[in-house]
Amino acid sequence: MIDNIIISIIAIVGAPIIGGLLFGMDRRITARLQNRFGPPILQPFYDVFKLFGKESIAVNQTQMLYVLAHLFFAIAALLMLVLKQDLLMLMFILAFSQIALIMGAMSVRSPYSKIGAQREIMQMLAYEPVLIFMAFGVYKVTGSFMIDGILTYPAPLLYSLPLIFFAFIYILTIKLRKSPFDFSTSHHGHQELIKGITTEFSGTQLALLELTDWYDLVILMGLIALFFAQPLWVGILIALAAYLLELVIDNICARVTWPLMVKATWVIGGGTALVNIIWLYVRA
Amino acid sequence: MGMINTARTKSPWIIHVNCSACNGCDIEVVAALTPMFDVERFGIVNVGNPKHADVMVVTGSVNPKTARVLKNIYDQMPEPKLVLAVGACAGTGGIFAECYNVLGGPDKVIPVDAWVPGCPPRPEAIIDGAVAALGLFESKAKAMKEKIAAKAAETAKV
Repeated sequence: MIDNIIISIIAIVGAPIIGGLLFGMDRRITARLQNRFGPPILQPFYDVFKLFGKESIAVNQTQMLYVLAHLFFAIAALLMLVLKQDLLMLMFILAFSQIALIMGAMSVRSPYSKIGAQREIMQMLAYEPVLIFMAFGVYKVTGSFMIDGILTYPAPLLYSLPLIFFAFIYILTIKLRKSPFDFSTSHHGHQELIKGITTEFSGTQLALLELTDWYDLVILMGLIALFFAQPLWVGILIALAAYLLELVIDNICARVTWPLMVKATWVIGGGTALVNIIWLYVRA
Repeated sequence: MGMINTARTKSPWIIHVNCSACNGCDIEVVAALTPMFDVERFGIVNVGNPKHADVMVVTGSVNPKTARVLKNIYDQMPEPKLVLAVGACAGTGGIFAECYNVLGGPDKVIPVDAWVPGCPPRPEAIIDGAVAALGLFESKAKAMKEKIAAKAAETAKV
């Protein structure tokens, strides 16, 4: 029990530090890929500290509640990951976190925010089936939805779920809102939606959204690492390699339209994941 | 508070407003964002959204039509905020100063913190002006705190 509390505290404090540093490296590597010098590695921390010091302009009274729900559900999902809880439940809690953000963006009257929120719904529609297939594939292999079961399973999951791993890397681009799927919001301003889903959040609220992005990144990296959990450090290296791959994809792709994204994700992501599950049945 | 003040000078997000400029200054402002000058190495990002911005970069002279738009965008920016007027027109109205429809620089409508002269100024001069303006964030933050405290006292009285 006391161990669990210590692990939880370390995760809650450590995850934003790791996530922030990863985003800092992201901006630096992206700048280098574009032949620029790039900001310091600590830049995301400067951004968030600055945002915490800004005047708070709330558009309505409920907006902050949605932002906090977005953050707390993400933290809950992280705790489920580090405490080796139920994988299926983790996916649902992550979805709740996203829905809180969508409701926050929908609660204001800005058309940019609303279109951003609708596009975010389309993104969820695209990637949620793959997450469910992943949880199901894990159950089929290890006989349990528990993350504990993955860690005690003798062989790495990657050998039994290679196509689901591919599908997960594919939807990672959507989850991280990188090109070509960065249309609900983007880290670069001056797109057709201004800043999309985050347009109406400012000051502390925007800082909390950034913080949630860092937690989300750590959760996603953790889920990738689960595919190679014996030994876990190989899985972490694979997760970092996947992140680097995302950066390269981000810099060589233009944005696609949402119908193309939904179709492509269901066919490529959902299709490969389904083939993997069918193969598991045939093999057995 | 020291950490937040440091962060302010290291992460100024800008919004660029064109008040009837001839596009010369705008091209120089955008040039500062290119790989050649790369202002992102100072944490400067062009956000294009007043609610996220810390520094407003104004180019061009102000006329009665743009005055309203400029004031509106300025009011949407959360405190502490800075205004940087870029170019001769944003200083005094430039060669258009005597026109019947020109009010003058943006300082006729909103408080301006720093001016970058030139027609158009070089990107180096714009970056220099932006860095000089960042020193004002601390006093701005102090003024914001006093404003909030005064507001709270007023509501407490009511």
